[in-house]
Amino acid sequence: MKDKVMEHILEVRNLKKVFVAKSEKYVATDDVSFAVDAGECVGIVGQSGCGKSTLAKIIAGFIAPDSGQIFLCGRDITYAKGAALRTVYANMQMIFQMPEESFDPRKTIGWSVAEPLRNLRPELGRKQTEERTRCLLAEVGLSPSFADRYPHELSGGQCQRAAIARAVAISPKLLICDEATSALDMTVAAKTIDLLRRLCFEQQIACLFITHDLALLTRIAERVIVMHNGKIVEEGTTQQIIYGAKSPRTKELAAAALVMTPPVTEGT
Amino acid sequence: MNKETFFAVQNLSVAYNGQTVVRSVSFSVRCGEILAIVGESGSGKSTVLKAAQGLLGSGGRVSGGRIMLYGRDIYRLSPAERRREIAGSTVAMIFQNAGASFCPIRTIGEQIYESVREHTDWSREEFTAQSKAVMKRINLPETVLNEFPFRLSGGMGQRAGILAAVILKPALLLADEPTSALDTVTQLSVVKELMELRRQQNIAIVIVTHNMGVAWYMADNILVMRDGEPVEYGAKEQIFRRPQAQYTKELIAAVPGLRL
Repeated sequence: MKDKVMEHILEVRNLKKVFVAKSEKYVATDDVSFAVDAGECVGIVGQSGCGKSTLAKIIAGFIAPDSGQIFLCGRDITYAKGAALRTVYANMQMIFQMPEESFDPRKTIGWSVAEPLRNLRPELGRKQTEERTRCLLAEVGLSPSFADRYPHELSGGQCQRAAIARAVAISPKLLICDEATSALDMTVAAKTIDLLRRLCFEQQIACLFITHDLALLTRIAERVIVMHNGKIVEEGTTQQIIYGAKSPRTKELAAAALVMTPPVTEGT
Repeated sequence: MNKETFFAVQNLSVAYNGQTVVRSVSFSVRCGEILAIVGESGSGKSTVLKAAQGLLGSGGRVSGGRIMLYGRDIYRLSPAERRREIAGSTVAMIFQNAGASFCPIRTIGEQIYESVREHTDWSREEFTAQSKAVMKRINLPETVLNEFPFRLSGGMGQRAGILAAVILKPALLLADEPTSALDTVTQLSVVKELMELRRQQNIAIVIVTHNMGVAWYMADNILVMRDGEPVEYGAKEQIFRRPQAQYTKELIAAVPGLRL
């Protein structure tokens, strides 16, 4: 059993979380189990309120589950605290929907991008950390001068690139992206997706990509998990989910993706 | 079906505090036509819509060109005439987050009834009957009239916004990113409901969107904008299958392509 757990970068077993508001119960995640392997990108898709973001927050450790377990690189991190939590974040990073809001407005971009390095690679020292920050910014297509700017001086797309630089700074094993491109302009979103895919491939980072847009996943994910009312309703390759959906929920998502896709331009 | 052009934007320029943000935009809309204005942030697409509704706000003004509704320049009407003729009864508008544009402490029905009374002398019974007819078309349960706005989901809030906009049977609906805050499944149903309204009421729609898929599904004609200027304007098939401008090609290439 232990060997099997070791194979996966992330394994989630029977996660359950119930929110209670005004004595009404909302089951946000209901017996959710799945696994992500090294270098693999798995998409989680579903309508608003299906529990996909709650799932991301539970895995990231922002919300405690009611029951179930989370394994990162074979280690149970469900209730990790203190020093154990540092190991978790050395292996797992997140990218959020609103890039401007995920940076401290009073710190420069360089300071924020270098934060995981300072916390988790203190042995690097100041000079090397600065050097590495510049390399990271170059890697995501931002000039080194961006290190001295503040978040409000960047566009949404530039900010999201900086967030990606920060997330990959310590070469994590797993990246969780929650609607990471939904707030960006379409041409910028397309470039951001390409950047994420290239970085994950080059550094063999496993990626959990959460979105409501199934069509988007054809650009990045090999495998898709469909959620509805907190439950996983279907799982398969991206092609299977779009063209051979079985569950009615998946069919709805696939239909929306298919009809709202423009035709291929002639001569391309 | 009446095919006359009744709404035209001619060589429109808009300036905010002396700075031009929209330059020489022209298009025309026939009865029952759906025009999509597509573009990215800062392209001026929403500004065009605000100018058409007279909602530019302080500091904004039409610095050139005309907006013609039934042959009359709307900026030459008196404010009272503009309010009576344009706002609500002939031209209506829906926004990205329509649910949030309702007052939170009064029911949806009360608020829409109040705005309807500005233009008609409908009794409450007649208002309810008219509302129910529209609600059936846009899949909005009748109970929503007695609900408070915060009780509605994103899709329901948007449908309530559509109800408020079309209950007086305007000839033109201006929609600013009406589907952008919704998930894809809800997007598709709202888009279908708007098209059903067009079919039944022959209402013309100008929709501003950054979603090329929505533009492809809904529109008859498409205007592509960038940095306040028109890039390309033409029939949907033309724009998507044989785009001329490099920028249009880039926009289409950015859409995740599903091979059908």
